[in-house]
Amino acid sequence: MGLKIIVLAKQVPDTRNVGKDAMTAEGTVNRAALPAIFNPEDLNALEQALRLKDQNPGSTVGILTMGPPRAAEIIRQGLYRGADTGWLLTDRLFAGADTLATSYALATAIQKIGGADVVIGGRQAIDGDTAQVGPQVAQKLGLSQVTYAEEIEKCENGVLTIRRHIDGGVETVEAPMPIVITVNGSAAPCRPCNAKLVMKYKRANVPLERTADMPYAELYAERPYLTLNQWSVADVDGDPEQCGLAGSPTKVKAVKNIVFQAKESKTLTASDTDIEGMIKELLDEKIIG
Amino acid sequence: MNNVFVYCEIENTTVAEVSQELLTKGRKLANQLGVELHAIVAGTGIKGKVEDQILPYGVDKLFAFDAEGLFPYTSAPHTDILVNLFKEEKPQICLMGATVIGRDLGPRVSSSLTSGLTADCTQLEIGDFDDKKSGTHYDNLLYQIRPAFGGNIVATIVNPEHRPQMATVRSGVMQKAVYEGEAKHEVVYMDVAKYVPEADYVVKVIDRHVEAAKHNLKGAPIVVAGGYGVGSKEGFDMLFQLAKELHGEVGASRAAVDAGWVDHDRQIGQTGVTVHPKVYIACGISGQIQHIAGMQDSGIIISVNNDPEAPINKIADYVINGTVEEVVPKLIKYYKQNSK
Repeated sequence: MGLKIIVLAKQVPDTRNVGKDAMTAEGTVNRAALPAIFNPEDLNALEQALRLKDQNPGSTVGILTMGPPRAAEIIRQGLYRGADTGWLLTDRLFAGADTLATSYALATAIQKIGGADVVIGGRQAIDGDTAQVGPQVAQKLGLSQVTYAEEIEKCENGVLTIRRHIDGGVETVEAPMPIVITVNGSAAPCRPCNAKLVMKYKRANVPLERTADMPYAELYAERPYLTLNQWSVADVDGDPEQCGLAGSPTKVKAVKNIVFQAKESKTLTASDTDIEGMIKELLDEKIIG
Repeated sequence: MNNVFVYCEIENTTVAEVSQELLTKGRKLANQLGVELHAIVAGTGIKGKVEDQILPYGVDKLFAFDAEGLFPYTSAPHTDILVNLFKEEKPQICLMGATVIGRDLGPRVSSSLTSGLTADCTQLEIGDFDDKKSGTHYDNLLYQIRPAFGGNIVATIVNPEHRPQMATVRSGVMQKAVYEGEAKHEVVYMDVAKYVPEADYVVKVIDRHVEAAKHNLKGAPIVVAGGYGVGSKEGFDMLFQLAKELHGEVGASRAAVDAGWVDHDRQIGQTGVTVHPKVYIACGISGQIQHIAGMQDSGIIISVNNDPEAPINKIADYVINGTVEEVVPKLIKYYKQNSK
């Protein structure tokens, strides 16, 4: 029996290469100023989803993401690897969301899609490191959850057997579908893009990415699969009060750049004399034994 | 009503150290706010075995839930314990460890109660807040302070309207201490079925392996930590050698862990382990705030870096301008020569 699988994926600024203008004055992230990538653990989640699809003929994998129009790239990246469809939640009203408002938006969209057997995403995104959205989506949908998953080992009679990371070890759990799963970075890496699928979907985009003078207009009329789903708050029957900044219980009180309290430090060279001198000093003062 | 709550995590009948650290912090916050410190523990066969590991940290009241199916931890039963208890008790603050369990449980509880949750806080303080948009003044909010966004900034988060104010904190960030003052030390054994419907026991743990930690990085008196400047897995062998000589442990920055040179459980920083060693030797670590947050309280900090402008040098007691490759063998050599 085929499964309906939704992958939660996020386009994130590459926090490993962050410049100085990364934050706005309000303390939210200035995404426009940064290189955008597929959140790494969401790729691990996509791989688990695609494996489930491979093992259960008739299954579909859809990518659900939220962000500005350019975040449609995440859906394309999913399609290139074997996903069947995708949805981009994009609306000014979604902006400034904390994890709770984000999970509200995603849960509302999943309901609009008509639910799923498996909702799966990365454990956390590298721009926030909170690991909150997966469990919060599960709670909002009234589904059970398995976090820190490393591998979906079996899918039998509506029950998934999942190996997951725990502090100091691993455990294996059995969990009935429907379910929300978050995948740890220690899971298998995602398969590469498939060249044929790249050819098929490279011109796929959401209407907001298109400009009036864009070529290939007739292509979009001919091939409906090149028009990706683009949904606003209204499209998912969302309550604007629960979205974005308005729907976020946490507020940023202050943001400050760190100024280190400079210590009086001794600066040494790598010469033998300097290093031996330091070691002797530390030994004399019984700082090292 | 309005008290400070700490969720205590257990492995069988052993209370996690991070929970004791949070009880210690929770006691201070409760004293500042003039309220009580309450604790929650849930497990199987815990009665008579966990109380002594919780009450000495200044707990006024412990809510103990003891029933089949509550250990090993699964999400739904523990969520409903907290959610249903909080509906009755209406706490103003709830703290839990930023562990696998705390990071599974916290968001689910916060979503259920529509309260805000801040992950991986490095400081918790009480203070006022003026909401400029609505012009409302709030007294005595919990400041949830954490490095954010790749460690480039430190953000102070508040939840003005929603209760409880929830935060997770990593192990080792707070220091545990038995409370010297007076506390009520009351224990209530709860009727679990009243809080947890049978339908919650839906996820079954069928196999479980937990090993004692392979190293004691958190408690090591000397830490030799490597960053991207170490350059390779082989480079780390040298750090292990130095750590062995000094009877210390090896730690790493996120960059080195992400590069696959060293195990994830050795990562030091906001999203890893927090250490307070007597001596911290940073080898090829530039010193992002995320990393500094995990080691800034070290006694003596030695920075080995070929970039004289590396941010970590600002908080170092000794700065050695040189490459890891060049300096570390000399540290080993001269320690061996002079320590005997």
